[in-house]
Amino acid sequence: MHTFELITPASVTEAVKAQAGSPTAQQGAPVRFIAGGTNLVDFMKLNVETPRQLVDINRLGLDRVEALPGGGVKIGALARNTDVAQHELIKARYPVLSEAILSGATVQLRNLATTGGNLLQKTRCVYYRDTAFACNKRNPGSGCPAIEGHNRMLAVLGTSEHCIATNPSDQNVALTALEATVHVTGAKGERAIPIAEFYVLPGATPERETVLAPGDLITHVTIPALPDGAKSVYLKLRDRASYEFALASAAIVTQVSGGRISFARVAMGGVGTVPWRSHEAEKALLGKAATRENFRAAAEAALHGAKPQTQNGFKVELAKRCVTHALTLATKQA
Amino acid sequence: MAPIDEKDPQPLTSLERISRRVFLTRAGAAGVATATAAVAAPLSAQAQAPTAAAPTEAAAVPGAVPVTLKVNGSTHRVMVDPRATVLDTLRETLSLTGTKKGCDHGQCGACTVHLNGRRVNSCLLFATMHQNDEITTIEGIGTPEKLHPMQAAFVQEDGYQCGYCTSGQIMSAVALLKEPVGADDASVREALSGNICRCGAYPNIVAAVQAVRHMA
Repeated sequence: MHTFELITPASVTEAVKAQAGSPTAQQGAPVRFIAGGTNLVDFMKLNVETPRQLVDINRLGLDRVEALPGGGVKIGALARNTDVAQHELIKARYPVLSEAILSGATVQLRNLATTGGNLLQKTRCVYYRDTAFACNKRNPGSGCPAIEGHNRMLAVLGTSEHCIATNPSDQNVALTALEATVHVTGAKGERAIPIAEFYVLPGATPERETVLAPGDLITHVTIPALPDGAKSVYLKLRDRASYEFALASAAIVTQVSGGRISFARVAMGGVGTVPWRSHEAEKALLGKAATRENFRAAAEAALHGAKPQTQNGFKVELAKRCVTHALTLATKQA
Repeated sequence: MAPIDEKDPQPLTSLERISRRVFLTRAGAAGVATATAAVAAPLSAQAQAPTAAAPTEAAAVPGAVPVTLKVNGSTHRVMVDPRATVLDTLRETLSLTGTKKGCDHGQCGACTVHLNGRRVNSCLLFATMHQNDEITTIEGIGTPEKLHPMQAAFVQEDGYQCGYCTSGQIMSAVALLKEPVGADDASVREALSGNICRCGAYPNIVAAVQAVRHMA
C-alpha cells in the first residue's frame, strides 16, 4: 500500500474543496473520500487504488434516514447499510431495499459500509482486482483478459469490447427499481441525479463508472413514494446461501389493480455492467394479467439483448427465471 | 498458575512454565530495542519498560503519526504508520494478539472486534480514523478466570478445532446477542456467515451461540 495523508474536513464544503483539486473522481483518483472503507481499504491493500490523500468524511453527519413530505424517504450518504436495512421506514415502505442490503456482504461489513459508498462499489472482476493482469478499467488501454478468460461471474448486459465487468451491488439494484435520486454537492453547487443517469456504461472508457466529477460528494439519496398498494421484493440467486455476490438478482416493484398490473418496475443485478433497469420488461407487464406466462414474457424481454461470454451463458436463463419468480413473489396475494 | 499436565512425570521449571506466547512477546519486545525500522512503537503503555522505543526514536520512523486509541476501556497513545490498520495496531503495537489476522481483506472475520458496540472487521479500519471510537477486543470481554458466557459456551460445546477463527467467532457471537436475529439455527448461521472456520466447527459454534441465547 502506498502511504497517504489523512484529511478530516469539518464540513461538506471543506470536503468538496479537498477533493476538487483531484484530476478525476474516477479510477485512480489521487484524492479519495473515505467513509466505511470496506471497498477502498481493500483496493488500497491490493494497490488497485493508490490515493495520496484520503478525505475522511465520517464526521460530517449525513447519516439519518428521514421521512419526506409526500411519502418519500431521504437516506443520508453516511447511513450505514445495517441502519438502513433495519430502519422501520425502509422495512415498511421499501422492503426491496431492506432485503437487497441484507442479502449482501456480512453483518461486520454492513455495520461499516455506507449508502454513498455502496453506490460507488467496485466490480469484483478478478482481473480488475489483480494488478498483475491487464484491465481497461484499472489501466485504460491495457486490454480485457476477462473476455477470453474467467468470466463466469461477469456481465451479459451493457458490455463492450473493452469491459464486461459486473456491477456487484445489491443496494443499487433496489435503488434503481425504486427510481431513487442521488444528491451530490460539488464544486459548482448541489445537483440531483436520477439513478438512471448516475451510472455510465463502460463503452470505450470503462475507467469512468459514474457521472461524478472532481469534488462531487454524495450527500444523500431520496426515494419517491410508491403507488398505493404497491409491493416490492428482492430475489438474489448465488453460488452460496449467504455472503456471496449475485449470479442474477431482481428488484421488483408492482401494483396490481383488478387483476391487472398497473405499475411495474424491474431492475436486475449480477448480469449488467451497471445496475440494470429493464423498461422492456416493464412495458411487457403493464396492463397484463398477473400470470406466470406474462411474467416469463417480461423476463424474455428483459434479457433480449443479452450477450453471453464464454463461461456465463447460463446467466441468461438464470436471470429470466429470477425475474419470473420475483414477479410471482411480488404479486402474490397476502 | 497455568495448569500442568498431571501425567507429565517431569515438573516444568519456572522458565519452561512461561507460555510460548509470553516468551515470544518478550523476545519481540527485546528485539524492538535494536530494530531501527520498527513500524510502530508504544509511547506510554509500556514506557516503563527499558526496551520500549523512546518517542523521539518512534518519531524517526518515516511518516509515523501519533494516534490515541481507546481499547477495552484503556487509552493508548502510540506512534503508527498512517497505513496501520486497527488490527495491526492491536497486535503489533499494543500486543493484544487475541484478535487474529486471517485474510486481511474483510472476507474471513478472524479480526472481528467491536467498534462502539458493533462488530466490524478491524483489518479494514485505519487506526488514524478511529481515535474517538471505543474498541473492544476478545481480551476485553472476559478473562481466563472469569469467562464471558459466550466463551464458556464455546468451551462447553467444543466450538472450535484449531482455534484461529475462535476469537472472531466469539466477538461476532457476542454482538449477535443484541442484534435482530431470528430464533432458529438458520438465522444464526446467516448472522455468522462473515466468520469463516476452515476446520468446519460450524455445528458446535451454532450450538454454543444458541446455548447462550437460551440462557438469556
